[in-house]
Amino acid sequence: MKEVITNTPPQNWYLVLSTLLFSIGVMGVLLRRNAIIILMCIELMLNSVNLLLVSFSAYAGNTDGQVFVFFIMVVAAAEVAVGLALLVSIYRNLGSTDIDVLSKLKG
Amino acid sequence: MTSDIVFFLLAAVSVFTALMVVFSKSPIYSVMWLIACFFSIAGHYVMLNAQFLAIVHIIVYAGAIMVLMLFTVMLLNLNKESEPHKSIFTKATAVITGGMLFLVLLAAMRSTQLGAYEAPVTTDVGFVQKVGMKLFTDYMLPFEMTSVLFIAAMIGSVVLAKKERNL
Amino acid sequence: MEQFIQPINLIGPSLLVPLLPLLGFILLTFFGKQLKTFGPWIASLLVLGSFVLSVYIFSSLGNENNLDYDLFTWLRWGDVSLNFGILIDPLSLIMLLVVTGIGFLIHLYSIGYMHHDEGFVRFFAYLNLFIFFMLLLVMGNSYLVMFIGWEGVGLCSYLLIGFWFTNDAYNDAAKKAFIMNRIGDLGFLLGMFLMLFYLGGLDYATVLGSASSMEKGAPILVAITLLMFVGAMGKSAQIPLYTWLPDAMAGPTPVSALIHAATMVTAGIYMIVRSNILYSLAPFTLEIVMWVGVATSLFAAIIGIKQNDIKKVLAYSTVSQLGLMFAALGLGAYTSGMFHVVTHAFFKALLFLGAGSVIHAMGGEQDMRRMGGLWKYIRLTAITFLIGTLAISGIFPFAGFFSKDEILAAAFHHKIVWVLLSVSSMITAFYMFRLFFLTFFTTFRGTEEEKHHLHESPWTMTLPLAVLALFAIGAGFLGMPSVMHMPHWFNGFLAPVVETSKTILGESHHVDHSTEIMLMLVATALAISSIVIAYVFYISKKSIPESDEETKGFAKWVSNKFYIDELYDRVIVKPVMVLSDIFHVVVDKLIIDLFVNASAWMVGFTGRTLRLVQTGNTGFYIFVMVIAMMVLLLIQLVQ
Repeated sequence: MKEVITNTPPQNWYLVLSTLLFSIGVMGVLLRRNAIIILMCIELMLNSVNLLLVSFSAYAGNTDGQVFVFFIMVVAAAEVAVGLALLVSIYRNLGSTDIDVLSKLKG
Repeated sequence: MTSDIVFFLLAAVSVFTALMVVFSKSPIYSVMWLIACFFSIAGHYVMLNAQFLAIVHIIVYAGAIMVLMLFTVMLLNLNKESEPHKSIFTKATAVITGGMLFLVLLAAMRSTQLGAYEAPVTTDVGFVQKVGMKLFTDYMLPFEMTSVLFIAAMIGSVVLAKKERNL
Repeated sequence: MEQFIQPINLIGPSLLVPLLPLLGFILLTFFGKQLKTFGPWIASLLVLGSFVLSVYIFSSLGNENNLDYDLFTWLRWGDVSLNFGILIDPLSLIMLLVVTGIGFLIHLYSIGYMHHDEGFVRFFAYLNLFIFFMLLLVMGNSYLVMFIGWEGVGLCSYLLIGFWFTNDAYNDAAKKAFIMNRIGDLGFLLGMFLMLFYLGGLDYATVLGSASSMEKGAPILVAITLLMFVGAMGKSAQIPLYTWLPDAMAGPTPVSALIHAATMVTAGIYMIVRSNILYSLAPFTLEIVMWVGVATSLFAAIIGIKQNDIKKVLAYSTVSQLGLMFAALGLGAYTSGMFHVVTHAFFKALLFLGAGSVIHAMGGEQDMRRMGGLWKYIRLTAITFLIGTLAISGIFPFAGFFSKDEILAAAFHHKIVWVLLSVSSMITAFYMFRLFFLTFFTTFRGTEEEKHHLHESPWTMTLPLAVLALFAIGAGFLGMPSVMHMPHWFNGFLAPVVETSKTILGESHHVDHSTEIMLMLVATALAISSIVIAYVFYISKKSIPESDEETKGFAKWVSNKFYIDELYDRVIVKPVMVLSDIFHVVVDKLIIDLFVNASAWMVGFTGRTLRLVQTGNTGFYIFVMVIAMMVLLLIQLVQ
């Protein structure tokens, strides 16, 4: 017996929510200087997009959106693994995870 | 009506925890708040009848990714408020920019004429059976390719995080 | 016609004729190191193979059948198609035999002559390549194929003149030859363009076909023939483009014999005979050809008197003889010109090879003032050289007598030309015997060391001399004058080629038998008197040409070749140099460099300025990125 939740709120609300989450993520990236927190904010942004996709998928009755979310998760997992490895390596070399230290690109 | 209330509750939790991620002083708290945030998002998934994704979400994010983050934070011993203070001007700029981005995105969404859905067309799109069918028929090749991606990411991480001998 | 093989069956052998030397070239180029000892022999044998095939084709084709075969279509546009094909007719057959026959003898000679040279194998590779291109030139069935050969032999000529490339003067001579030829080639090329445009193609059949339907003296035909003649001027060293040929003597002597006497330089004559219909339809051009030929013949002969380098004398004599041939062509006596090409090829190759043998004996010395009395040291060379000298002087019964006499007979109706050509042949006899007496008679004037070194050349060198000497004696009998009541085989053989021209030009000025005998006697008398004068000067009086400093007056002019090279240098080279200096300083340095440097500076300046944007602050980058995203969205919204 499948439990199906009905009578969900209008989709616009989900749009507003995911936009808000995304903006918070961007704000975090801009605000913080610790690379690990920036990484987390990026995860937040990814999740807001995931939420958006799932809502569209549910409301339009199309499974493809959820498959995409699945793939996004895959990519996010890979990204976090590589990103953290980079972070460890940077920390080892520079003794800090502050992005202001990474200014070798100065022209 | 109940589902509306649940939505608002979950949404409030999501936004609050997200803000806490950004504003927490210590990275370890940020991680904790983020885990909470992910749980609330998983709740949204359940509300949207995407049970499969909700479970996967919790397993992958809360179970794997966030643990990895936590380990890194502890490994690098970042659990202190070592971050130097940014100037108030920078902070204000960041917050204002974030807010402006929110407004611009909202405006953009409003003007895109989505033909807003009032209620879901069908309710069974998120079931394991449906997602599985899609995944193993139409998306067979990308699905297999993800294994390649993982291998690459794994090897890459090992190479990057390995102690460099001659540097 | 049963006794003749069908022409179509001869395609294989005729393709092999040029391909054998090409094979030799490839072999020697890529396996030269492995073939150090046998390579030259292989090269010579391949050319011999070509010669044998040519003889086979000659005997089976006769002069009534032509082999005209398109191998493939090269280019096609509109209704014009350029085909790559071969044509074997009496004219090409004669050239084939001459090129491969003399080519083989000179290959054989070179084995002895070049034996001690470092570039022994390379030399033969070039020679084989030359033979290949020369055969292409004479075997092509269109002006395009001829042009490929034409350019190819020019290239080989350049390579062989500059064969000893460590010597700068030789390199300069090679470049001079190449550039002079380029001027001529430009004429040839423009002529081809005109043909393509007005006559609808480049193969002989099309061109000559559509030309013969045109009016005699049509301006376009005059233009085409004049331009083609410019090409011939360059290749066959006529005034004003002749100065490269004497300088080309910088190359090894066999090269001078093969390329700059017997074969390549006659390409111009071959070309005109090949397009004789065009030329007959353009009387104005014929007139020009005749006068250029006469002038060159006389002018080069005069310069030849005062040259002291044994090869230079022969070079000027070649220019002079080529002038004689062009005069014959200009008079409409195509077969006579061709006949002289053949006899000249034999005796001039003989003379050059003889000179080579002398130089070989002298250990590299080329100045006749340091020779003398060589008769008793190198008897065989001397005898064959005497035969060559008699042949070029036009003494009965040697080859030159018949061909030269034919040309003089053809010129008889044009009295001035006849007188000038007779004078030219008389001078020729004089300077040739001057050369002969100075080299082989009186006493030896070189050093003791050289005297000790004197020796006859090896058999590979003397055998070609002997064979060529036989031809220098006998080749004349191919074309007996009508007064001897013998068939003129040569004219008969070439008759199909010049048939149309005969009708265009109308009745030739036929000289009757008594006049002909008179002409022969006059020519012989002139030649003998020249010989006597030369004898008096250089044997009885034992005078030796004075050194360069002592020469005065007109003689100084002559020995300095009338300062033509200096004149060209002043009038053409210097202004070009000045002009290029102007371009260098003003256009290049001031104008072009300004633009180039300015744009480089602009790029540098922009880079230096924009560099400052890169602060290296990652947070700032992210901030800019977000702002940019917002701006993009806003733009989207405003629209």
